[in-house]
Amino acid sequence: MAKKQQKGGQREEKKKYNLSSKGPEDDLLGVVSDTEEVDEDESQASDIEDDQSESEVSSDGDPFADDFLRDGDEEGRDDSGLESDESDLEAKSRAIDEAKAIALVEAEEELKLNIKEESDEFRLPTKEELENEAKQPPNLQSLQRRIKEISRVLSNFKSLRQENTSRKEYLEQLKADLCSYYGYNEFLIGSFMEIFPVVELVELLEALEKNRPETLRANTLKTRRRDLAAVLLNRGVNLDAIGKWSKVGLVVYDSQVPIGATPEIMAGHYMRQGASSFLPVMALAPQEKERIVDMAAAPGGKTTYIAALMKNTGIIYANEFKEKRLKSLTANIHRMGVTNTVVCNYDGKELPRILGSKSVDRVLLDAPCSGTGIIWNEPSVKTSKAIEDIRNCAFLQKQLILAAIDLVDANSKSGGFIVYSTCSMMVEENEAVIDYALKKRDVQVVPCGLDFGRPGFIRFREHRFHVSLEKTRRFYPHVNNMDGFFVAKLKKRSNSKLVTTEPSKASEEAGEGMDVENDLNEKTIKVSKMAMKQQNNEASKSSTLSDGKVTIQKKFVNVKQHKFKSVQKNIRKRNSRPAGSNQSNGKEYDKRSLGNAKKKRKFPSREEISQAREEKRKALKKQKV
Amino acid sequence: MRPLDEKETTAVFEKLFKFTGPNLKHIVERPATEGPDDAPGRYCFRLHKNRVYYASESIIRRATNISRDRLVSIGTCIGKYTNSGVFRLTIQSLDLLAAHARHKVWLKPTAELSFLYGNAVLKGGLARITDNTHAGDGVVVYSMADVPLGFGVAARSTQDCRKADANAIVVNHQADVGEYLRNEEEL
Repeated sequence: MAKKQQKGGQREEKKKYNLSSKGPEDDLLGVVSDTEEVDEDESQASDIEDDQSESEVSSDGDPFADDFLRDGDEEGRDDSGLESDESDLEAKSRAIDEAKAIALVEAEEELKLNIKEESDEFRLPTKEELENEAKQPPNLQSLQRRIKEISRVLSNFKSLRQENTSRKEYLEQLKADLCSYYGYNEFLIGSFMEIFPVVELVELLEALEKNRPETLRANTLKTRRRDLAAVLLNRGVNLDAIGKWSKVGLVVYDSQVPIGATPEIMAGHYMRQGASSFLPVMALAPQEKERIVDMAAAPGGKTTYIAALMKNTGIIYANEFKEKRLKSLTANIHRMGVTNTVVCNYDGKELPRILGSKSVDRVLLDAPCSGTGIIWNEPSVKTSKAIEDIRNCAFLQKQLILAAIDLVDANSKSGGFIVYSTCSMMVEENEAVIDYALKKRDVQVVPCGLDFGRPGFIRFREHRFHVSLEKTRRFYPHVNNMDGFFVAKLKKRSNSKLVTTEPSKASEEAGEGMDVENDLNEKTIKVSKMAMKQQNNEASKSSTLSDGKVTIQKKFVNVKQHKFKSVQKNIRKRNSRPAGSNQSNGKEYDKRSLGNAKKKRKFPSREEISQAREEKRKALKKQKV
Repeated sequence: MRPLDEKETTAVFEKLFKFTGPNLKHIVERPATEGPDDAPGRYCFRLHKNRVYYASESIIRRATNISRDRLVSIGTCIGKYTNSGVFRLTIQSLDLLAAHARHKVWLKPTAELSFLYGNAVLKGGLARITDNTHAGDGVVVYSMADVPLGFGVAARSTQDCRKADANAIVVNHQADVGEYLRNEEEL
């Protein structure tokens, strides 16, 4: 006790001395400047509180002697004389308070030192570290930590970046980590990274890991939503209305009975349907007594919704390409009590030929797609998609949308609308297809009538789309709690077909256009005009196309073949049809004048065409070699 | 797709008559609101790939340009011809029958599930039955909430049902809505 009292007194003296000298420097970094004082402070602090063990000056061995000596060296004797008069208790308490204050200050300084060290600490793993990681099974926690760290760095890149590492290296590492943490292939993560910023990307991936929310649509042909809700609540289903935006939707939180096997579902009172599937039908807004086509109808959720909105009036053509899905489509139609539907099994591209072009009021095209928006249903999509799949889907979708547009009668009293929707988030399958349709047909994008969801992209990487694409809507799992979805509504202005006035557009598009046009049976003069233009441009293009890319070569060959056929068809058509008889209704003056002008041109004969083709092929081969 | 000939028409109408009796007239002569034409048409029967379809005239007219092998369904399918040439009504005709049925049977909630699995209705599950039902009449089976569950043939008349013991069959099962889940392929 005596020791402590003496120590206390001595410390008090020291502290008074030290504190006064330190006055203005009390904040933080001033500690570093006076190392002697720091040592003393630390030693004092360690004597009082056992926690702080950082003092290097050991005062345990003969502290009595040490302190005494130090005191003697540094402080004046005047001070010691004064303080010996005060009571020991007060001295002790003051000493304790001051020691605590200094301890607090030191703790803060340490914390700040530590933080400073940590913020500099995140470094991208070196190659050796990566190799080591690759050998072991993936450590999910460290992956997750690294993902978070990289997101943080990328959000404040200037200040948090490591020296000599580019943004690209961080993104590459992030991509690899996301692939292994969530189980995606590189292509899909890369595509998502192009669409979403990093933070949103992680949110999206997290949302896709969860289960799709279970939603139902009450069948207004047989029941009302509130009656259905009452019955299901009685059975023990925990449900709620889906939101303000729908009057027929219900969302199921959990259920004591299997929701897919209640007597009500068997009697056709409701249908299990994703929330996103309501949207294209709401955008389509079919009216009573209209003629509607649903080009990809199976399993029939949207078709039956359309019939319910139309109250079984009018007529719906429900088309489905895959035979295996026809059974479920017909079964659903009958179960839900729909009587105004004709089900057929065609390829959507043939429908204008079968049903007649300009024969219906509205068309719904829920196009077959890569399915990147429904990953929570189909986890296999994570690893199975490649750029080729997306491109094939896009090609098919472009053909189908042109067929859909051709089915619609622009002059219909109440209609003239096409709704295009996909359950994918890829720009190539969504905005690019609508943009293509805008270029090929006389249609315009109109608002969908859905007031939520994000507008579609107008600019995306190197693409520039038409401004009206802002009226299309994109839906995401992490924003809207429904499948990743895209909806666009088009209004057909007139029944004429446009010509691409840009010959410099990539030959890809022209090639595709040729394929599309030849499947449809509409022989307009403009098709031949394109053919002639292409033939003329061919000579100039053959040199630019010899880059050796296989795809362009193939399309070049396709283009040639189709051109040949189309030219042949046009020759025959022209011979059979009298002058001036055109099928379309719109302003046709341009066409007619062009047509008359065209007739004066002579088409090369078959032999000449094949000779020209041979020569060009040889020229290409030479350039290749 | 072709209209039914004499024999087929009689076969179909016979089956329907068991359920509807004189109401059969209503089925045939109902004004049809389907189709984009303003004036309501009439309903017709058509035969396509051994199935009989019941649809309004305007729908049928517009389905004629779809080729035979690509046409799957028009309006409502009401029944099919089996391989042995017998016509049977299928479950898809339930809405039509329920709208015009003369004899009805209501099931207790406990017996619903059993009927939906394809079993016959026992006396213990019977809650209500219309009067004047004779054995051999077609009956439509309802749940207590008036939801049609299927149809069948009465095995006993109303009087006999009262006297029967709890395990006796009162309605022989012909079709039920559970088939949409069990038997989708067969429909």
